[in-house]
Amino acid sequence: MSKVLMKGNEAIAEAAIRAGCRYFFGYPITPQNEIPAYMAKRMPETGGCFIQAESEVSAINMVYGAAGAGARVMTSSSSPGISLKQEGISYMAAAELPCVIVNMVRGGPGLGGIQPAQSDYFQATKGGGHGDYHLVVLAPSTIQEAADLVIEGFDIADQYRNPVMILGDGILGQMMEPVEFRFSNRRELPPKTWATTGHTGERPRNIINSLIIDPQALEDHVNRIYQKYGHIMKNEVKVECCNCDNADIIVAAYGTTSRIVKSVIYLARQEGIDVGLIRPITLWPFPANEFSRWADRQHVKAFLTVEMSTGQMVEDVRLGVNGKKPVFFYGRTGGMVPEPSAILEEIKKVMRSVMK
Amino acid sequence: MHQTSRLTVFTGHFGSGKTEIALNYSIRLARRGETVTIVDLDIVNPFFRSSEAKDVLNREGVRVLAPTFAGTTVDVPSLPSEIYAVFQDKRSRVVFDVGGDEKGAAVLGRYHPYFNSEPYDMFYVINTKRPLSGHAEQVINTLKAVELNSRLKVTHLINNTNLMHETTIEHILEGQDVVEHVSGELNIPVAYISGIPAVLALLPHKYREKGFPIELYMHPPWDMN
Repeated sequence: MSKVLMKGNEAIAEAAIRAGCRYFFGYPITPQNEIPAYMAKRMPETGGCFIQAESEVSAINMVYGAAGAGARVMTSSSSPGISLKQEGISYMAAAELPCVIVNMVRGGPGLGGIQPAQSDYFQATKGGGHGDYHLVVLAPSTIQEAADLVIEGFDIADQYRNPVMILGDGILGQMMEPVEFRFSNRRELPPKTWATTGHTGERPRNIINSLIIDPQALEDHVNRIYQKYGHIMKNEVKVECCNCDNADIIVAAYGTTSRIVKSVIYLARQEGIDVGLIRPITLWPFPANEFSRWADRQHVKAFLTVEMSTGQMVEDVRLGVNGKKPVFFYGRTGGMVPEPSAILEEIKKVMRSVMK
Repeated sequence: MHQTSRLTVFTGHFGSGKTEIALNYSIRLARRGETVTIVDLDIVNPFFRSSEAKDVLNREGVRVLAPTFAGTTVDVPSLPSEIYAVFQDKRSRVVFDVGGDEKGAAVLGRYHPYFNSEPYDMFYVINTKRPLSGHAEQVINTLKAVELNSRLKVTHLINNTNLMHETTIEHILEGQDVVEHVSGELNIPVAYISGIPAVLALLPHKYREKGFPIELYMHPPWDMN
């Protein structure tokens, strides 16, 4: 198939449709409005269903319903809207319902601004809603990767019966790049025997529920979903390492920020500093082993985490590095985007402090 | 460049490249010694808009008029009253950079009495590599909806077919087939074929005079140019 030129938001919507998503429920919020706008145009052409719900709370519960019936379903929003969906997301994780949720993050807290941010990392990876659960969190850095991860995300959601979140930001949603829709790694997926599609008297009723009153039964249920998370942690980690082999310092960054860091690698080389990049593609499960492995290497003097937040992923980087090397942080917040020259200055500062 | 009216409007499908072309067009007029005002009329999308290139435009002597909250990241579609002045003050050429699709074009409706009383040119920018723009029929549908909502008529087409840095001359010529088909169906001439200079240099001879090389003024934050 030949390439088309798409905005990140459009590519995410089209990728979902190509992956078999026929239900989309959402509510408008900048900077992800192109997703519902695109779905509103395209869904009727595919025989699917687009509904602009009366609120985010309503939209996520429509997702619960469609997922419960075994359909491929997606919703999208941006930070404050994702906060509103958290109750439903926790219910879906508890009821083991697959779906894809897109968060095009904007500056927070509160209603915040509309410019790009990465300050929803904690919310995405550490729960977000109540109770013991995890989302699989995928963080693309290009529009092609966003399309690929949406397609794979639906498979991951179905394979593990768990919601998957695509974590982007305003830049990724708004910018345009050439993209093609690829289906290279389709998975063998189990049939959805659990879906509430009507028992027609031929099988026991399927019940989808997240209310488990008996404490022992609830603990058993939580333990069972945590066994599942163990498999996910073992099998689904994705990470990109760039220029780490001889690096003096390794920068950790994901999404949009990682693209800026890639530019900094070249700037730093001109100044005689060898900079590596570890880019987590799955934010949960986090590639902790990758950090541990590089922290053991003698040539790596320090780590620097760069985020569009006040420092969230840096906590996971510290857990991965586990005290073997110092971990520094540089971030911008509120919708400000770190500039290559500012990141380079931080790298030089870190190098000076560890070379003392 | 074509001789065009004092009022020049750029419309097109969402993401077709209107803004980059409007910026280049304005700067060219200014370099030719004309007094130019660019009006950022995009009230659909608060990102990647012509007023973000304000510094370059001002340097080139182009005056920029933008929605009241443009560049402040406040997502409020409010237009300043100064825009009415560009219709009164006939000394300046005016380039209107309008939001995408029929939704973006609706904003032109409120200025209809002015466009009705003075000649204008309205360019429609087409990139056939954009979604829902690949076929002549899709282009025509959106173009007609833009005309309906703007209460104006498209006078020229621009073939801006591109895949950004991956664009080849073949992409442009494929796009040209579609654009010429649209041109034939609607009886609207193709004014320009736009693209970056290196690729446009490969245009076949018969298209040479339509070539409109553009410089890119909008950059992502990792771009070091």
